[in-house]
Amino acid sequence: MTRATYGKLILVMLAITVVSSVVLLQFEWFGDAASEQAGPIDTLFDVMIVLSCFVFAIVMVMFAYALWKYRAKPGDESDGKPIHGNTRLEIAWTVIPTIIVLFGAAYSWVILDDIEAEASDQMPLHVTGQQYKWTFEYPEEMVGSGDSAAPLTSDELHVPVDRQLEVTVEALDVLHSFWVPEWRIKRDLVPSGPGGDEIDDTFVVTPNEEGTFSLVCTELCGLGHSTMRATVVVESQEAFDQWVSEQAQAQEGASAGATEASSSDGAAAAANGT
Amino acid sequence: MSALRNPGLGRAGLGFAIGAAFGFGLVVALRAISGLEIFQTEQTGYPHLIVPAITGPLGFLVGLGCFDYWFRWAAGKPTIAEDHSQHGATSWRDYFRFNTDHKVIGIQYIVTTFFFFLVGGLIAMLIRAELAQPGTQIVDPQTYNGLFSTHAALMIFVFVIPVFAGIANYVLPLMIGAPDMAFPRLNALSFWMLPMAGLLFLSSFLVPGGAFDAGWTGYAPLSTGAPLGQSFFNLGVQFAGASSIATALNFLVTIITMRAPGMTFWRMPLLVWANLSTSLLVVAATPFIAGVQFMVLFDRVLHTNFFAAAYGGDVLSYQHIFWFYSHPAVYIMMLPGFGIVSEVLSTHARKPIFGYRLMALALIGIVVLSYTVWAHHMFVSGMFSWLRVPMMITTLLIAVPTGIKIFSWLATLFDGVIHLRSTAMLFALGFIVTFVIGGISGVMLGMVPIDIHVSDTYFIVAHIHFVLFGGSVFTIFAGIYHWFPKMTGRMYDERLGRVHFYLTLVGMLGTFIPMHWVGMEGMPRRVADYASQFGDWNLVISISSFILGIAQLIFMYNMIVSWKWGPRATSNPWRANTIEWQVSSPPPVFNFDEIPRVVGGPYEYGVPGARHAIMGGEEAVVRQPEPAVAGAATTSSGSSAGGSS
Repeated sequence: MTRATYGKLILVMLAITVVSSVVLLQFEWFGDAASEQAGPIDTLFDVMIVLSCFVFAIVMVMFAYALWKYRAKPGDESDGKPIHGNTRLEIAWTVIPTIIVLFGAAYSWVILDDIEAEASDQMPLHVTGQQYKWTFEYPEEMVGSGDSAAPLTSDELHVPVDRQLEVTVEALDVLHSFWVPEWRIKRDLVPSGPGGDEIDDTFVVTPNEEGTFSLVCTELCGLGHSTMRATVVVESQEAFDQWVSEQAQAQEGASAGATEASSSDGAAAAANGT
Repeated sequence: MSALRNPGLGRAGLGFAIGAAFGFGLVVALRAISGLEIFQTEQTGYPHLIVPAITGPLGFLVGLGCFDYWFRWAAGKPTIAEDHSQHGATSWRDYFRFNTDHKVIGIQYIVTTFFFFLVGGLIAMLIRAELAQPGTQIVDPQTYNGLFSTHAALMIFVFVIPVFAGIANYVLPLMIGAPDMAFPRLNALSFWMLPMAGLLFLSSFLVPGGAFDAGWTGYAPLSTGAPLGQSFFNLGVQFAGASSIATALNFLVTIITMRAPGMTFWRMPLLVWANLSTSLLVVAATPFIAGVQFMVLFDRVLHTNFFAAAYGGDVLSYQHIFWFYSHPAVYIMMLPGFGIVSEVLSTHARKPIFGYRLMALALIGIVVLSYTVWAHHMFVSGMFSWLRVPMMITTLLIAVPTGIKIFSWLATLFDGVIHLRSTAMLFALGFIVTFVIGGISGVMLGMVPIDIHVSDTYFIVAHIHFVLFGGSVFTIFAGIYHWFPKMTGRMYDERLGRVHFYLTLVGMLGTFIPMHWVGMEGMPRRVADYASQFGDWNLVISISSFILGIAQLIFMYNMIVSWKWGPRATSNPWRANTIEWQVSSPPPVFNFDEIPRVVGGPYEYGVPGARHAIMGGEEAVVRQPEPAVAGAATTSSGSSAGGSS
C-alpha cells in the first residue's frame, strides 16, 4: 500500500464524514425542544453525530477497502503477509481514542453542570407517582387558610414558561420515571423510607416553549405502565396564574365539605404503597 | 425397574418427583406444626410451590447421576473405577445422560441453548406482532410484560451466556491440547443445571398470576411485590448462575493447569484468552446476581425487607448490586465472541492476528474496567449524584480497548488473502459492522446528558440489540459455522448459510436501526402500547423482525440436515493452524493419543515453515530451540506450513 493510496483513503473518509454528518444533522433526532436544558443536550448530541460519522467512516472505509483489495482470487490458496503488528500504529490507536473519549467526557461534564445550574427564581414543584397516576403539588400556591391550608394539587401539570422548576419527585409504591421528551430531562421516582435522604430526588428544568406536552412514565411500573401519562401545559405567567386561581377555588370548594379529606387522602396513599 | 435404579433420565424423573414431594411435604408439615395456614396463597407467597421448585430440580440432578461419584466418595464407599462409560457418545441417547466428555457436553450446551433461543425468538415474534400497530391487539398488558421479561431472561441466561460456554467447552480443551476439562464431573453438573433454569423460567407461564413481568432486570420493589412467577425467575437465575460459576472455575483451572507443553500464555489462541477473561468476570461478578435474586426472593417469601423502603430497606441498592453483575455480564456475553472472531478472521484472511499481545491485553483491560462502570445504568435513578461523572469517564474509557480490537481486526484483513466462502467469515465480518454501530451508540449512552434523555427508551433497546444480536449472536453464528465441521464431522450447506447470513443482516438492521429514532423521539421501552405517531416505524420494525425470525429457521434446517446428511468434513477444512484442527473431525474420544507439543504462535499464516503445534506421532524434527516469543517464530526444518493430516 502506497502513501498515495493512504491519502486517497483518508480523503474518502473525510468526504463520507462530511456528507453523512451534513445529512444526519438535518434531523431533529430528539424531537421538538422545549426547555433551556434541551439546547446544550442537543448540541452535545450533534457533536457526537459528527464524531460518530468520523469513526464509522474510518472503520467502514478501511473495511470496504480491505475486502475489495485483499479478497482472494479464485483458486488462490496462498497465505497473506506474515505481519504480526506495528507498535507505533498500536500505540496510536490506543492513545488517540483515549484522548477523544476523555474530551467527550470533559465536554459532557461541562454540559451536565450547565443543565443542572440553578436559577435564582425557581418555582418548587412536587411530583408524586403511583400506579398509574401522576399528582402535581405546588408548594408555593397554598389553598385555604390556617390549619387547613394545603398546597394546590392537580392531575395535570401546568407550569409557567421561562421559569426554572425545582422538581422534587417521590414514588408511593414502585419505581416510576418522570420524562417530558421535549424537555430532555428524566428522573426516577423512588419510594423512600427512613433512609430516603440519600436519594437524589430533585432536579431542575426550565420550560421555554409554550404548548401542550405529554409526561411519560419510563420506568416499568406494572400493568398500566404504558398508560401512565399526564398532560403538561406550559403557558404564560398570566395564564398560569389564572389556572392556579381557578384550581384553588375548585379545590377549596371541594375540601370545604370534608375537612378531614386531606388526612384520609394521606391514609389512602399510604395504604396504596404495597 | 433397572431404569429407575441406574443413573439416567428415568431415575431423574423419579428423583424430581421425590424431591418435589419432599419439598411440598416439608412445607405442609412445618406449617401445620407451626399452626400456620397450610397453603399460603398471597401473590408473593406459595411456599408449597417455591420449595418444591428448588428440591424438585435438585432431585432431578441426583436422579440423573450428577452426584453418584461424589456421594460414594463422601460416604467412604469404594468409588466406581473410571471405565469411561460416561465418556463419548455413540448414539443420540448418550446426549441425554450424565456424560463427562467435554465434547458431548459442548454439544449438549449448544443444542439446549439453541432450543431456548428458538423459544425466546418465538416470544420476540409475539412481542413484535403486538407492537406492529398501536393499541392492544394480540396480548393484554400483563401477558405482554411477561413476554418481554421471559424473552430477555431466556436469551441472556440460557442462550447467550451458556452457548459461549458450550462452544468453548467443545473447542477449548482441544485448542490447548488437553484431553478434557479439569473437572469433568463438575462440567457435566454445570450443564445439567442449565435446562433447570430455562424450564423454571418457562414454567412461570403456568403458575397463578402468569410469568414474571418485572423485566429481566427485576427492579425492586416491583419485583418484590409481583405475582408468583417472579419467584421462578429468582430461582431460575440461581441455577443458571451456579452453572456459570462452576463452568468458569472449570475453564480457569483448565486453562491455567492443562495447557500442552510449550503452550505459554503468549501462544494461546485468542479464544482461550477470551474465555480466560470471561471466566474471571463470571467467578467474581455472578455471585452478586445470585445474591440479589435471593434477597428479592427472601423479601417476597420471608419478609426480610431488604428493598422495602417503608421498613428501612434500600430500594436503590437493588440496582447497584444487580448492575455490579449485569454490567460485567455484557462483557461475559461479548468477550468469548471477540475470541471467536479473532479465530475466524485470521483463518479466513490467512494472516496472523495484528497486534496479538495488545489484543490479549485489551481483553484484560476490559475485564478490569468493566467492574467500574455499573452505575452508568443508573444515571437517572436518583442515586448519589456525584457517582455519575467518574462512572461516565470509565464507561467512555472502555471504548478504548474495544476500539483496539476493532482496529486490530481491520489491520488483520490488510495484506491478507480474504476468503468469503465460509458463512463463519461472513458473520465475523458482519459482526464488525454491526458491533461498531452498537459501540457508537454505547459511547453516546455513556455521556450523562444524552443518557438522561434516552435512558429507558427504545434507543436503549436498539443499543442492546446491536451489541447483543449484532455483537454476540453474530459471533455465535460465526463460531457455530466455523466449528460445525469439527463438531459433527460434516460440512454444512454454504449456500443456505449465505442466505441465512444476508437475511439475518437485513432483518437485524431493519429491526434495530429504526428503534434508535423512535426512542430518541419519545417512545419508552417496555410498553404494550405507544403513541400513534410511532406506528409506521413500528410496523417496519415488526416486518423486519419477522424476516429475522424466518432466517433462523433456515439456519436450523441447515444445521439439522447437514448434521445428518452433509458431506463428510476433512480434519481441517479451513486450513487453520490451531490444535483442534489437527485432529480428526469429529475428534477421537480422548482427543489425542499423545499430548501435542506447542512450538509457536497460533496464527503463523504466511510464516515459512512455522508451526503452532507438533502432534503426537509426527516425525517432526525441530532443530532450533523453541522460540519463547509468539511471532518470533523461526524456520524449523523438516515440516511444512499447514501440515494438516
